[in-house]
Amino acid sequence: MKFSAPRKAAVLTMSLALAFSATACNRGGEEGAEGSASATLALSTLNNPFFVELRDGAEAAAEEAGIELEVVDAQNDSATQTNQLATAATSGTDGVIINPVDSDAAAAAVAPLIDGDIPVVAVDRAVNGAEVGSLVSSDNVAGGQQAADELAKAMGEEGKVIVLQGVAGTSASRDRGAGFEEGIAAYPNIEVVAMQTANFDRAEALNVATNLLQANPDVTGIFAENDEMALGAIQALGDRAGSEVAVVGFDGTEDGLTAIEEGTMTATIAQQPAELGKRSVEVLEQLLAGETVEETIPVPVTTVNSENVGEFTE
Amino acid sequence: MNKVATAAAPKKARGGSQIGRFLADNGALVGLFVLGLALFIATPDFLTGPNLLNIGIQASVIAVLAFGLTFVIVAAGIDLSVGSVAALSAMGSAWIFSQGSMPGWIALIGGLAIGALSGAVSGFAVAYGRLPSFIATLAMLSIARGLTLVISEGRPIGTAPEVSFLGGDLGVIPMPIIVLVVAGLVAAFILNFTVMGRYMYAVGGNKEAARLSGVPVRKVLVTVFALSGLFAGLAGLLLSGRLDSAQPQAAVGYELDAIAAVVIGGASLAGGIGRISGTLVGALVLVVIRNGLNLLNVSSFWQQVVIGLVIAVAVGIDSLRRKNQPH
Repeated sequence: MKFSAPRKAAVLTMSLALAFSATACNRGGEEGAEGSASATLALSTLNNPFFVELRDGAEAAAEEAGIELEVVDAQNDSATQTNQLATAATSGTDGVIINPVDSDAAAAAVAPLIDGDIPVVAVDRAVNGAEVGSLVSSDNVAGGQQAADELAKAMGEEGKVIVLQGVAGTSASRDRGAGFEEGIAAYPNIEVVAMQTANFDRAEALNVATNLLQANPDVTGIFAENDEMALGAIQALGDRAGSEVAVVGFDGTEDGLTAIEEGTMTATIAQQPAELGKRSVEVLEQLLAGETVEETIPVPVTTVNSENVGEFTE
Repeated sequence: MNKVATAAAPKKARGGSQIGRFLADNGALVGLFVLGLALFIATPDFLTGPNLLNIGIQASVIAVLAFGLTFVIVAAGIDLSVGSVAALSAMGSAWIFSQGSMPGWIALIGGLAIGALSGAVSGFAVAYGRLPSFIATLAMLSIARGLTLVISEGRPIGTAPEVSFLGGDLGVIPMPIIVLVVAGLVAAFILNFTVMGRYMYAVGGNKEAARLSGVPVRKVLVTVFALSGLFAGLAGLLLSGRLDSAQPQAAVGYELDAIAAVVIGGASLAGGIGRISGTLVGALVLVVIRNGLNLLNVSSFWQQVVIGLVIAVAVGIDSLRRKNQPH
């Protein structure tokens, strides 16, 4: 069979475009139960243990408070999240907890909720340009600075550093990166030789770190903007992880803490995802009861290293 | 068309211009060399033994996925589910090992079986359910990813040692490269030297003509999708083996890389054309670009632009070349 070039190109473009939109399909949500107070937890993704823990914490708190909590997952797509919030608004939910896919894009999505007097609590990431009831989040900038200090300490305050960045354009990546840059600038003998994204993904970090180590074999420190990427970097380093090259991650996931116990990872900045989820439900409860709450509710981040890792693992 | 002729009945080209013909038939290979040369000039870190091994390892997952996809594309289908099926196979294998407490080798075979089965389901939907392959595998993309999340509850699971071995080293040679080579040889053998392989070209070239000539079209379709699933399963095991852990979000979007690799390698999405060697070159092109951009520390914003341009240019040149050839 003979097909002209334009036809072939069109087929390729179409299949690529459709494949993209396919991953962005709206999963929608089910209606909340009538009677008791209902709330919607709109998560950016459940494809990440961090948000699974956040959800678990929120569900436990909601059960305790007698709130019917419906969880929807936007699969990291802002448009999907907008649709889900619109669905939540029309389904008569009493309150919404949003973990925005993108801080800027979420403003338009929550505006109708706020106009309709449905209280909104942002969790983990801020909603820029909208008056949400409260923001419950870890301090990512401070965390980035703590990571810089911990890495510098492990490197003897000198040497070359690689930074593995998260998904470009997310506030978590921006804030952690900014905090780290600010923090590492205090050490004049430490040079950041490469900054590349690995999209918060372990497999991608393995490849990117391997590539970067080819170009910079004398690196003695790696900062990854989350634990998954730090674990990928550790895989890339092999035996050198923890001994010759210090690796600092962010999040304090189960696998990350295990790596610290094993000595391959130097430190992580532990967020408390379950606590984030729990606090956000409690704040929403207060808002539903008509109480006033603080604009931002910080959930502390802590530096976890070999000295205190025992306190974080059960 | 030149390629159809060579593909349908591989004969030696007569006459003097064999080299010219080789170059014309292997545009992607020429592109790969040009790319390699440019990187060799740009950075001393590119053409080193460790970096070349590294490229081979990094190409392994995409290449194995793309080998399987080549069967489907040769038979004029498309398989969008390969990334999700890879993740499901890896997660299923890890689950069999850790939750099912089965021996590692059963986990290994189980992972491959899950892949082949998922592919066969898509194949049945296409062959007997008369669904367009685009739709059937789009459904499988979603189903397999969903099942991966269900099995894992959203958390990574550790892999069996037998699976981790696939991601390790055999002496000085990395296992992923060995798997890549063996999978490539098996795929090329199936496509070129088995009756089923020749049927794939026939179905892809003209389904109706193939049916009238007595080719069991439905059986061929189920086979190509099952093979695609099997190779996707192997790719998934490779990926999880490299990480010692099956990730719920593993291989998201890899189907696009795999399609790009097959198409850069000279296959036609209209079917009937495609070679495993071309697909391997296509996968290497993608990986070499990423590797090079990392080595040169190019901003991640620009990397995506560059990769898109290379795909467009590679396929564009190939299409133009075909168009200008006398039919």
